[in-house]
Amino acid sequence: MSEQRIIPARNWGQWVIAIILIVIVGFLLAMVIMSRHITWSAIPQYLFDETILEGIKLTILFTVLSMLISIVAGGVLAMMRLSPNAIVSGFASLYIWFFRGTPLLVQIIFWFNIQLFIPSIDIGSIHFDTNSIITAFVAALLALSLNEAAYMAEIMRGGLMAVDSGQQEAAKALGYTPTQAMLRIIFPQALRVIIPPIGNQTISMLKTTSLVSVVAAQDLLTRAQNIYAKNFLIIELLIVASIWYLVMTTVASSLQYMIERRLGRSTSDAPMAWRAALRLLRAEGSNG
Amino acid sequence: MTQQPEFTTSGAMVEALDVRKSFGAHEVLKGINLTIRKGEVVCLLGPSGSGKSTFLRCINHLERMSGGRILVDGHLIGYNERHGLLYEMSGKELARQRQDIGMVFQRFNLFAHHDVLTNISQAPILIRGQSREQAFARARELLKLVDLEGREDAYPYQLSGGQQQRVAIARALAMNPKLMLFDEPTSALDPELVGEVLAVMRKLAADGMTMLVVTHELAFAREVADRVIFMDQGVVVEEGPARQVIDAPQHERTKTFLRRMH
Repeated sequence: MSEQRIIPARNWGQWVIAIILIVIVGFLLAMVIMSRHITWSAIPQYLFDETILEGIKLTILFTVLSMLISIVAGGVLAMMRLSPNAIVSGFASLYIWFFRGTPLLVQIIFWFNIQLFIPSIDIGSIHFDTNSIITAFVAALLALSLNEAAYMAEIMRGGLMAVDSGQQEAAKALGYTPTQAMLRIIFPQALRVIIPPIGNQTISMLKTTSLVSVVAAQDLLTRAQNIYAKNFLIIELLIVASIWYLVMTTVASSLQYMIERRLGRSTSDAPMAWRAALRLLRAEGSNG
Repeated sequence: MTQQPEFTTSGAMVEALDVRKSFGAHEVLKGINLTIRKGEVVCLLGPSGSGKSTFLRCINHLERMSGGRILVDGHLIGYNERHGLLYEMSGKELARQRQDIGMVFQRFNLFAHHDVLTNISQAPILIRGQSREQAFARARELLKLVDLEGREDAYPYQLSGGQQQRVAIARALAMNPKLMLFDEPTSALDPELVGEVLAVMRKLAADGMTMLVVTHELAFAREVADRVIFMDQGVVVEEGPARQVIDAPQHERTKTFLRRMH
C-alpha cells in the first residue's frame, strides 16, 4: 500500500502578516545597528565592568532578601487574616490594603526620607540617628519586602484555603495540636499551590528592584546610571543593564520551570518531591 | 450478640447529658441524653438532618456544643469546669483529649501528601513519641488487620475509596483509642466497596472495641450493634437492642424511616 501524499492547506493571510513583521523588525534593527549615535564597542566593554558586576550582586541580594523576608512576613499575615480574632485579621487586611494600594515607588522614597519625621530612635538611654540606620540599602530593602509581603500574604492565604478542610479535621481528630496540623498537614499541601506564584513573583522582583535606583541603592540600574552620568553613553549602558536583566530572568524562569515540573506535574509527583526534600533534610540533620 | 446493657454510669465510655447545638437560630440538637458502655457497639440511625453526625462530632469537640455536657471515660470533653462555669480548652488540651478518641470520616480524609505508612505512623511518632521502628511495625500489623498488606508505599490517590477508608480506620487505630467514632463511613463508597469496610468494622467490634457508628447500613446495624439509637429532628426518638428497634420499632417516626430504608 502506497502512502497518500497530502498537501496541507495554505493560510496565505498568515504569510502576509509574517512578511510584514519581518520587514518592520528588520527596518527597526537596521535603524539601531546603523545608527551613528551608538558606540557599539562600549557594550562589550561595560558588560563585565566591575561596577556593573557589583550592581548585579546587589540586585540579586535585594531579590533574595526581599523574597525571603516577604515569604515569612506574608505567611504570618496570611495566618493573621485567617484568624478568628477580628482585630488580628483586620490588621492583616489593613496592611494588605495599604501596601497594595500605594505605589512601590512612593514607598521606596518614603522609607528613604523617614528621618524627616522620625529623626531619631530612642530606646531607654540608647539613642540612634535614624539616618544611620535607614541607609539607602535598608530603605530599599524595607520597601521591597513590606510591599511584597502584602502580595505574598494573598498568595499564601489562597494556598492555605485550597487545602481541603477535611485534612485539618482529620489531623485534629488524631490529636495533632494546631501548630502540628499546620506544619505537618496543611502547609506542605498548600506549598503545591503556593510555589508557582512565588516563582513568578521572584522573577518579577528581579526587575522591580531597579526601582530602588531612585534612592541610589547601588543596584544594577543605579550603577549603570552612575556610569552614564559621567560618560553620557546612556543607551549603551541601558543595553548592558537590559542584557543582564534578561540573563537573570531567563535563568530564574528555567529554575522555576524545573521546580514546577518536579512539584506540580500531577498530584502524584508532589508528595514525592516533598518527601525527597524531607529525606534530604533528615539525612543532613542526622549527619551533622 | 451481647445481652441488654445496663445503664450504669460506672462502666460508661460516653455519657451525654442534655447536649444541645444550634447553628444560628436553627437548633440541631435539642437535648441528647445517652450512655455508651465500654465495649459496646452502638449504631446511630436517623434521617439526614436529624443531627446524628453533629452529635458525633461533639464527642471529640470538632463541633462546639451550645449546651450540655459530654464525658468520655469520665472526663468532661472540650471544657474545664471551674466554679460552675465551663471554660473551653486550648488547642493543646483538646489535642490531648482527642488522642484517645479515634474518628473515621465519610470522605476518608487521608493525608493526601503522605503515603499509607506515613498516614498511619505519623501521629504515633509525633504525638505518642513512639520510635519509627515501633510505629512502622504497628502500622504494618494494622494494614494486615484491614486487609491491605503490602500497600505501605501507596498514596491515597492510588487507592479505591474502600481501600482509603480501611487505611483511615488503621490510622485511627494506630493511636490505640479507647473509643472509635464512625461518621457515615460507607456513605461515600460505591456499593460494591461497602462490604470490605463493614468487614473491617465487624472485626473491630468482635475484638471488643467501643464503637459509635452513624450509618444507614441497617443490615450491619442489626447484625453487629448491641444497641441502636434512632434520632430525628435533634432528639433521641427510640433506643434499644438492635433487632428490637429495627425489626419491631415502637414509634411512628422510626417506622416511617425504616419503611423508606427498605
